Amino acid sequence: MKALSVLYDSPGPRARRRNLLYSLLFLLMVAAAAWWTLKQLADKNQLAAEKWTPFVEDPRVWTEFLLPGLLHTVQAAAVALVLALPLGALLGIARLSDHALLRRSVGTLIDCCRAVPVLMLMLLANEVYARFSDVTPEARPLYAVVTGLVVFNAAVLAEIVRAGILALPRGQSDAARAIGMRKGQLMASILLPQAVTAMLPALTTQLVVIVKDTALGGEMLAFDELLHQVRLISANYGANTIASFTVVALLFIALNLLLTALASRTESWVRRSRRTTGTAVTASPTGRAPLA
Amino acid sequence: MAGHLPPGAPPATLPSATFPSATFPSATPVPDTAALLPDFLDAQRYDLFGAFWVTVQLALYAAAGALTWGTLLAGLRVSPVPLLRAFAALYVHVVRNTPLTVIIVATSLALHQTMGATLGGGTAKETGFRLAVLGLAAYTATFVCESLRSGINSVPVGEAEAARSLGLTFPQVLRHVVLPQAFRAVVNPLATVLMSLTKNTTTAAAIGVGEAALLMKEMLENESHAVFAVFAVFAFGFVCITLPTGLLLGWISTRVAVRR
Repeated sequence: MKALSVLYDSPGPRARRRNLLYSLLFLLMVAAAAWWTLKQLADKNQLAAEKWTPFVEDPRVWTEFLLPGLLHTVQAAAVALVLALPLGALLGIARLSDHALLRRSVGTLIDCCRAVPVLMLMLLANEVYARFSDVTPEARPLYAVVTGLVVFNAAVLAEIVRAGILALPRGQSDAARAIGMRKGQLMASILLPQAVTAMLPALTTQLVVIVKDTALGGEMLAFDELLHQVRLISANYGANTIASFTVVALLFIALNLLLTALASRTESWVRRSRRTTGTAVTASPTGRAPLA
Repeated sequence: MAGHLPPGAPPATLPSATFPSATFPSATPVPDTAALLPDFLDAQRYDLFGAFWVTVQLALYAAAGALTWGTLLAGLRVSPVPLLRAFAALYVHVVRNTPLTVIIVATSLALHQTMGATLGGGTAKETGFRLAVLGLAAYTATFVCESLRSGINSVPVGEAEAARSLGLTFPQVLRHVVLPQAFRAVVNPLATVLMSLTKNTTTAAAIGVGEAALLMKEMLENESHAVFAVFAVFAFGFVCITLPTGLLLGWISTRVAVRR
């Protein structure tokens, strides 16, 4: 028997019977809700076979809509992370600077970037590209989405980097200074390599947030990502809105669960690893650190 | 109005053909506020405060819903009934890993347009608002649940053990002993969640709810000579909402923290 919660007594015969009763009642409720939902779906003709079979029978749904959409989502998220990471590291290090002016101004910049909704950054980037650059209208949504994500996530990653560096034991920098290292050497060869290892789990968690935010670009800027495919598929396969939403949502969930599993694996690796003296930095569940 | 007219002046309702409008001064004076604002902030065309008021309302209603549903989910996640625990865990994992945009757009496209749900909203505007609140609350509840669960874990074991030794049942332990202390411990994480929620209300623009981000999109397109100024105005608006909230909740968290 596995360890039980301290919140309740370990169930005896009566409690077990009561739990069984609650379980049955709950199952009954779920069954009723499921029956009602399915009935509603059937009434609106959303359970018709021809609305669902394309996803298993017609490979073109996958090759022309879902897989390219998934690819664009992953592409935008990966490019955003790769660009935001060095920028975030730079900002995070600048926030730990010995110069008060630099430290404070970078701190304000980070707080400002985090206080603004990422959608607004995307909308701004879209207009700026339209007005001040020669990015083609076809490529503009991708540029706008990635720019918005990079600005916002550089600020979030800066805080993660800072937390990673501060989580290292003081002895590390003391020892480095004792053997005569300069500030730059201390950061580049002692603190940063260890901090990067410690913050790997938080980075992976942040990637989930980035993947979720790309969907905003699909709706507001017509970026050709996974969510955008719902309208295209339901337009091509007889208004199967419910079916295509289900498949797209499942793809998003599978991708994010994969990344979450990767995050917890790297976390346990970091705990065992001897590459860092710090503790693993994990992001807050929202991936968004507090403002103040 | 008639009192302002000089005696013998023609009533204003007469057709303009007999009295050319050029002889009358402009009947509707331009509001004074328009003169004070920069040219891209046309108060007649853009209802800036109205849009931000919708944002605030979205955040408040969704916060109430998310806190209620999230607390219930947290209770289920630690309950003695395995099936209820499993249900809450499944809900949290599925909903948390779905992009909020997918949820919000699904409430509109699937729930409203395909299934015909209006949630009791009379007009399209009202329905859109209610659908957005539903989506935001369903999504944010998962984060409330996870924060609260870590709060429950931070309550010392002795508290629950003492409560049980007094003969309290599980709901009583949760209601009178554990949850009050858990809530006091997680004011700061909950503040983070609520601040994210406030920023996430912009997602409602995807289904045409007239909140700040939708107005910003319209203004960026119309006033493209002042893109940075428009952005600055909206960013400032958001800081005005989130900063006082953050300070207030930070103050509350130090006031109510359980000293151990």
